[in-house]
Amino acid sequence: MKYLSNVTTLALDKEKCIGCGMCEIVCPHAVFSVVDGKAFITDRDACMECGACARNCPVEAITLDSGVGCATGLINGMFGGGGACCGEKTCCSK
Amino acid sequence: MVTRVNAQLEWRDVLGAVKVRLNIGRMAYAVEPGLYAVGNPEETSPVLVSANYKLSFDYLRRELGGLDVWILVLDTKGVNVWCAAGKGTFGTDELVSRIKAVGLEKIVSHRKVILPQLSAPGIAAHEVKKQSGFQVVYGPVRACDIKAFIHAGMEATPEMRMVRFDFADRLAVVPVEIVEWAPHVFLLGLAMLGLSGITGVSYDLSLIWTRGFNVFMIVLGAFLGGSILVPALLPWLPGKAFSIKSLCVGLVLWGILVSVLNLALDVWAMLPVILSITSFMAMNFTGCTTFTSQSGVKREMRYAIPVQILLLITGMILWVIAGIGGSL
Ligand code: SF4
Ligand code: SF4
Repeated sequence: MKYLSNVTTLALDKEKCIGCGMCEIVCPHAVFSVVDGKAFITDRDACMECGACARNCPVEAITLDSGVGCATGLINGMFGGGGACCGEKTCCSK
Repeated sequence: MVTRVNAQLEWRDVLGAVKVRLNIGRMAYAVEPGLYAVGNPEETSPVLVSANYKLSFDYLRRELGGLDVWILVLDTKGVNVWCAAGKGTFGTDELVSRIKAVGLEKIVSHRKVILPQLSAPGIAAHEVKKQSGFQVVYGPVRACDIKAFIHAGMEATPEMRMVRFDFADRLAVVPVEIVEWAPHVFLLGLAMLGLSGITGVSYDLSLIWTRGFNVFMIVLGAFLGGSILVPALLPWLPGKAFSIKSLCVGLVLWGILVSVLNLALDVWAMLPVILSITSFMAMNFTGCTTFTSQSGVKREMRYAIPVQILLLITGMILWVIAGIGGSL
């Protein structure tokens, strides 16, 4: 299942990448693959902006505006309650 | 210091799981943070790290039958791995300080901790190594693959690294959604019920029992239908945005509800109301999925919410007009 196309804020700085492979390991949607010591974004639209890749890249080659894609959380956030998502009462129970 | 736990679940655990799913006493359902032993682990046994959400913990230990392992439970305030990682409570600082608090370096001879892959948004593996000396190994996404992962020498297959979102996963989150929104929907149903008595000349209380009852059932039906059918049918519904995916479901529900209830003039007023409610509930389901990005949801909300509000208001106006028309 794919969500909307061309919205993700994911960006990769190839110059900085040292090919450690962490991004490929942590991504739950197989967005990255590392070939010949460099990471490539192979499936951009599959990115859910969880931030796992950026957090685990040792050289900060990956940047993105991470957050939880949850309308309930965003609505609660708008009304000042609980911030964006994952409150005890919101839905995420993965 | 170390608590021994069983790999079998008792009926108490199962009953508790049902309550959590229904959002009853959810905060109280936490495991004490610290080090736990499953089987008879030694200094060479693997260390698995878990959240202190009881459901995650139980799910993990149930998969560990026959293994001798340590479980290091972090204090994630009773929140599951994925959400706690997003919030940062399942994070680098908590992991490092918990490793130190239990004295893990004296209990095991190796320097590896196995974390659920879905905790990665909260953990910077290179920072953990720097601050504690322990290497983070990301295990599979699902606890049921843990055994295979350990037996393969801590290698995950690409399949183990992917999140899935199966039928059961989708339905498991439905009750929480329903409990979350039921009070709001109940109020909306009451408002529509109140509007039902308006006629051209006066306010007719007897209409509350006929039209009012019907509209209340419609609101409820759209709410439950939208909350259950959209998640259940998600992969097969046309459209990418959830608010669009809900359109088919809304139309079908409308068809069913108007043929069950005897509505006459009110039929057309009900369509926008049903579409609005199903679309709203579908949009809220984005938070339960494992593939929607925040940028995507924001974009969807920007166009969907105004349309949903407009549909609801249109439906209410049509409902009143139908009431006046029916009385003339
Ligand atoms: S984690 Fe960073 S350095 Fe490592 S392969 Fe990915 S982009 Fe390159
Ligand atoms: S943000 Fe998450 S889903 Fe997107 S590429 Fe990084 S790890 Fe994969």
